[in-house]
Amino acid sequence: MEHGTKDVKSSTFCLTDEDHTLANAVRFTLNQDPRVDFCGYSIPHPSDAQVNIRVQTTGAHAGEVLKDALQSLTAMCQHVRSTFDGAVEEYQLENPPVESMETEECLPKKR
Amino acid sequence: MPKVSALNMPDVPMGLPSHMELQRTRVSCDKDAPTHTENVQASGAYASVGVDNSLRLDQFRKNFRVTVVRLTEDDMEFDMIGIDPSIANAFRRILISEVPTMAIEKVFIANSTTLVQDEVLAHRLGLIPIKADPRLFEWKDDNKVSNEKNTIVFKLHAKCQRGGPRLTVKSDQLKWLPNGSEFIDEPTTATDSTPATGSTPKTFTNFDHSQASLPEFANNPIVPKHPDIIISKLGPGQEIELEAHAVKGIGKTHAKWSPVSTAWYRMLPEVVLLQDIKDELAEELVKKCPAKVFDIEDLGKGKMKATVARPRSCTLCRECIREENWEERVSLRRVKDHFIFTIESAGQLPPQELFTEAVKILEKKCKGLLDELS
Repeated sequence: MEHGTKDVKSSTFCLTDEDHTLANAVRFTLNQDPRVDFCGYSIPHPSDAQVNIRVQTTGAHAGEVLKDALQSLTAMCQHVRSTFDGAVEEYQLENPPVESMETEECLPKKR
Repeated sequence: MPKVSALNMPDVPMGLPSHMELQRTRVSCDKDAPTHTENVQASGAYASVGVDNSLRLDQFRKNFRVTVVRLTEDDMEFDMIGIDPSIANAFRRILISEVPTMAIEKVFIANSTTLVQDEVLAHRLGLIPIKADPRLFEWKDDNKVSNEKNTIVFKLHAKCQRGGPRLTVKSDQLKWLPNGSEFIDEPTTATDSTPATGSTPKTFTNFDHSQASLPEFANNPIVPKHPDIIISKLGPGQEIELEAHAVKGIGKTHAKWSPVSTAWYRMLPEVVLLQDIKDELAEELVKKCPAKVFDIEDLGKGKMKATVARPRSCTLCRECIREENWEERVSLRRVKDHFIFTIESAGQLPPQELFTEAVKILEKKCKGLLDELS
């Protein structure tokens, strides 16, 4: 839901079923966008699952800026995931699990 | 003379001045209070000194690093370097409350003559971690029928013989029923469905085929993660007979679905000696620190020098800077974008998979919102 659409430069986006998890992360990516003049979020009432994200830009369409922010957050997540998976793989290569070593030692005995 | 911007002149230092860079990247833990705790997020925050603070994905990709410090069956510690706390915190929050697992949600008690009340018993059963991959199951709505894709059924039948010793019922007595419920759903209790026809009587679940026939569970039966969790204690003559139905859920609804015991992060401590600390002072410094951060380096001829040997174990207790004049010798800081992340899995999934699941969930949230916007 979008409010304050008289002026495309500034909008408040009302997200249901979201909380600080997404709102704070999006606020960070929005603030890092040079087109953003002001950005912030609020949770009007702690027992309602709802956040308002306010975006004011220097001229660009606020909705488009928010979309770009979400896209860069997605890209960051994808990079975090691939880096993390790589680090885990590397660690597992360097420190193989104990069980697999035991079975290797046991195999000759069985033969 | 060609026109050159002042910022491009060779003798103008580029980047932030060192004191500002220190404020930007470190929290300083002074004697009275920590300072420079804020994170500067605005893209134009350093525009006046010619530094761009906006998000550059290629730069993020270049700087972001992960190193695994420890990885065991159910806990892991890793360093996440070059990320903003808002995103690290999103991962932590998702790990605790939004990564789905399977947990016992409905308990059908046929008989319970123990001292433990039914609702307490059901609650205890709910908290038992079940070793089943939640990704293989579907979500179950309240009005959806229980089938082999969304429900795991366990049976518990324990009886303490009269005249015998008391019996302790542990979680390994929960037996998995891959064919679904064995309790007959009486037609009178069924709300609007037609009475059961055919040879098989209607039960509380509607399994098309056995879960044990699925390749994932064929050699890997579903069991509670720990076999020795005490469920109840029975006195002579007491009995429990029940069926427990586990479904998929998230920690936000109830903590029993939380896949982690805890997930937390801390910023990397940084200990800097601002001047050479020698001889008696070095010995004093080593003695001061309860976390044993400092070591003494022997320079020969009876000379000694203090070194920072284990900054990671610093708890920032500030004992080393408490006394007069020590703040000028030692500086305690935290690195703002270096997170020591620890995940303790409750056992449903290995910790490294939990983290990737958490990142996927944040991605899914973004994509969901993007779809709504366009």
